Amino acid sequence: MKPVKIKTPLTKQAVAFLRAGDEVLLSGTIFTARDIAHKRLHDMIAKGHPIPLKLTDAVIYYAGPAPARPGRAIGSCGPTTSSRMDSFTPELLRLGLGGMIGKGGRSPEVRAAIKKYRRIYFIAIGGIGALLAERVISAKPVLFSDLGPEAIYKMEVVDFPIIVGIDSKGNDIYDQARRKKK
Amino acid sequence: MREINVSKIKDAVAELCLKANFELRRDVLKSLKTAVAKEKNPRAKNILKAIIDNARLARTKRIAICQDTGMVIVHLEIGQNVALRGGALKGAVNAGVAEAYRKGYLRKSIVSGALFRENTKTNTPAVIYVDIVDGNNVKISVSPKGFGSENKSAIKMFKPTDSADEIKEFVIDVVKKAGPDACPPMVLGIGMGGTFERCAYLAKKALLRPVGKRSRQRHIARLETELERAINSLGIGPMGLGGKTTVLGVNVLEEPTHIAGLPVAVNVSCHATRSAEKTL
Ligand code: SF4
Repeated sequence: MKPVKIKTPLTKQAVAFLRAGDEVLLSGTIFTARDIAHKRLHDMIAKGHPIPLKLTDAVIYYAGPAPARPGRAIGSCGPTTSSRMDSFTPELLRLGLGGMIGKGGRSPEVRAAIKKYRRIYFIAIGGIGALLAERVISAKPVLFSDLGPEAIYKMEVVDFPIIVGIDSKGNDIYDQARRKKK
Repeated sequence: MREINVSKIKDAVAELCLKANFELRRDVLKSLKTAVAKEKNPRAKNILKAIIDNARLARTKRIAICQDTGMVIVHLEIGQNVALRGGALKGAVNAGVAEAYRKGYLRKSIVSGALFRENTKTNTPAVIYVDIVDGNNVKISVSPKGFGSENKSAIKMFKPTDSADEIKEFVIDVVKKAGPDACPPMVLGIGMGGTFERCAYLAKKALLRPVGKRSRQRHIARLETELERAINSLGIGPMGLGGKTTVLGVNVLEEPTHIAGLPVAVNVSCHATRSAEKTL
């Protein structure tokens, strides 16, 4: 099956037709954020501070890229384990987050929140950061720069290859893989 | 007495850090190619092909194979007839790591403590193991270890009367729990015997042995083969999306232990199992 091309912003309509297992090429803007960045965003939300990032229909990529060699947009740039972000995700979805990219499965709570808010979770192949970096045309830290590789980077990507992990109906690719085995 | 200046060790560590991060080990690459040929599941096949393409790109463009350029583990085997000159050994090793991570544009992933987590910005300190051996050489091996897979590792203190089957069950359980998070196909390093911390060290050291090369002890080699077969029939597959290739290899190291114990550690490593070595 040929991959489906989609563009950011990731509105509910834009992802409604995608199903778990579909291959997608994503173009547009994405934001990296991992453990500590999530914790900081969560603390701001808990204190009622405005968060300095427009979450509506945005895409968060769980990644901590390697620095760019001169002349390149970014260094190696693959996904990190998504489940470490599980406890923060339902809150971000409630605030309008459009979708996430990471690796591995998610908790039942995250799956339920994805279904409830009709959003989406993608997986990227782990450990192929050199290949994925080729699809990043620009990257710059926009928040929490003090965190180095854990800062939030704004990235422009072209045809970034991902697979639908959990679709807006709550179907999970890992359930499908498990069922097939039986 | 052979004199070696520690600056030589620093240079070697820097060179090996770069090599390990840019060039996937030959044995790992070879096992991936064998796996592609065997894999029937089209998605699994494509993922394995992407992993091989990634390795080619990393090598030619000098980009890290994986963005998680790891915590650096350095094993030093120092001949007892060697005198190290020119400064502190640990300082030299860490200086080599820092130089490589700066010059190679590798990710600095090390924080200053488990609870006070400030990035040290140099990817140091490395974890350094020193073994004093016969002879007058220094053998250095460097492995950058990613934490997606490291986080899935486990240790268990078995009873001396527990059977090999119970150990197998434990290992299989570790693999199931690691699932897609450890970037399968994985490589497993298993340490058996010694003490609580020694078996974990052995598990790490087992990852240095080339994938596909069996233990020289026959009963251990048999255990390795049985574990590989059992794990690859679980159907977890590349990235956990199904297929025959869940592990590329299982390497076991066994050592003497106490009459009352049977410690077993499983160090989970991913398809980006990296290391490089050199003898001075
Ligand atoms: S588990 Fe290995 S391949 Fe996967 S992201 Fe970590 S270091 Fe890279």
